[in-house]
Amino acid sequence: MLKRFTTDFTVKQIEAIEPDYILLTLKHPDNLPEINAGQFVEVKIPDTAGTFLRRPISVHYVDREANTITLLIRTVGNGTRMLGLLKQNDTLNLVYPLGNGFDCSKAGNRPLLIGGGVGVAPLLYLGHILKENGSDVNYLLGARSADGLLRMDAYKSIGNVAVTTEDGTAGTKGFVTDHEFLKSGVNQFTSMLVCGPTPMMKAISKVAKASGIPCYVSLENKMACGIGVCLCCVTDTKKGHKCVCSEGPVFDINDLKWE
Amino acid sequence: MGVNLSVDLGKGLKLQNPVMTASGTFGYGYEYDDFIDVDSLGGIIVKGTTLKPREGNAYPRLAETPRGIINAVGLQNKGVDYFCDNINPKLKKYTKTQVLVNVSGSCVEDYVATAERINELDNIPAIELNISCPNVKEGGMGFGTSCESAANVVSAVRKVYKKHLMVKLTPNVTSIADIAKAVEGAGADSVSLINTLLGMAIDAERRRPVISTVTGGLSGPAVKPVALRMVWQVSKAVNIPVVGLGGICSATDAVEFLLAGASAIQIGTANFIDPTISVQVVNGIQEYLVRHKIDSVKELTGGLLL
Repeated sequence: MLKRFTTDFTVKQIEAIEPDYILLTLKHPDNLPEINAGQFVEVKIPDTAGTFLRRPISVHYVDREANTITLLIRTVGNGTRMLGLLKQNDTLNLVYPLGNGFDCSKAGNRPLLIGGGVGVAPLLYLGHILKENGSDVNYLLGARSADGLLRMDAYKSIGNVAVTTEDGTAGTKGFVTDHEFLKSGVNQFTSMLVCGPTPMMKAISKVAKASGIPCYVSLENKMACGIGVCLCCVTDTKKGHKCVCSEGPVFDINDLKWE
Repeated sequence: MGVNLSVDLGKGLKLQNPVMTASGTFGYGYEYDDFIDVDSLGGIIVKGTTLKPREGNAYPRLAETPRGIINAVGLQNKGVDYFCDNINPKLKKYTKTQVLVNVSGSCVEDYVATAERINELDNIPAIELNISCPNVKEGGMGFGTSCESAANVVSAVRKVYKKHLMVKLTPNVTSIADIAKAVEGAGADSVSLINTLLGMAIDAERRRPVISTVTGGLSGPAVKPVALRMVWQVSKAVNIPVVGLGGICSATDAVEFLLAGASAIQIGTANFIDPTISVQVVNGIQEYLVRHKIDSVKELTGGLLL
């Protein structure tokens, strides 16, 4: 496990992208420690009547030269809305890097990275690392409609990007499982690395099991501590309850009790 | 600065400072090694341990509430044998902080058998007997809500457990002072309070309870005034040391508990918000003593001016 820290970052940039989303770039005071793709941070939120706990947010991108971590945040809850009020040069405390992240050594040379909604967030840095490792990165990204497809240029700079929208305003109409990649085309991929709503991940899990392609999913259970001590965020696995924060968030679908 | 932070809770339990971490909020201590020098704390109380492994309650187990949380973990742990064989060896590196084991059970025999196993561990100077968990169907809080059943389990454990026996009390009773007197009479060396307050959270949009067990244990700053009041009442009622906890988030909070009558304190939910809070509270108590020209933290205990 990578060493974890609690550090005050400085807001380098905050950008509203589409209604309800912000892109938050945070600068480390010194040199960033090692961070794995798929790991997350616990962000301190001002203590108010409606917010008490930190908020777990996946790492969207790491720029090692600039010593910045970028977070893509959907500002729909009491805590994340407060993050939307941050200004440049404000201070934000993080406990990080947390969780296991994706094991890039298991992705193979042609992984399919599948994201839904704000679940696309960790797949940018993941794709960046996989591309550096020499993999041919393919994305399949889903949203309700075209304006929910976030940061397309960033994903396209890393690999081939296919999209689906439920209303058909961009790409294939329907869910990601309606895309040809997850139908007849699935066998061209060496693995599926997934983050999104649970029903989407369960549907992909079925496709993966039927085709025998390794599949890893990043879960998003409600959590408090983020470091495996409060035991609140457990998911039921074939080996009993496991903490999503410390033993996940990424799980091999074969370890989960998903049928 | 020459202030003395050490406290002696009796029967071999001496703490280098009055700051402990509450069971279920600090894992086994080593989860915090990246963030703080765990060995600089007064004590750590490791996760509730039962005779047999327990899977705990179903997800979801957590609700965020105004200035607090409700949890329903349900004593998930791998059992006392696993603790003794696989976890305790890793705790021997802590030589200055005292490591206590929180012991829970669903019947008197389970408490006794678990306490007997822990009694064999040379590096563990005390247990905290949990007769106050609101999140298990049998036992737990059931033992702590009547004077008779509380005294029964404490005296049964007292017969086999030779070291310091701390008993953790539930606030979900009519008179916590009466329960405290009963466990003192049954042989407890100290009492810790409060465990969580029984609470409930509802998701109105979905018309469903937020946690799987419907009701759970409320902790965090929301409960602090209740905890302070109970520490005050219990410290007046018993002659054994009182360990205070309930919503402590700062050194000032900790000092309030000491003034109310506690000899030591525990930090619980605040560990989730700031993994370094326990060490900050140690430093803050020291600063308070210097600022008030008090030589020893012991002088704060029960030092409320009326």
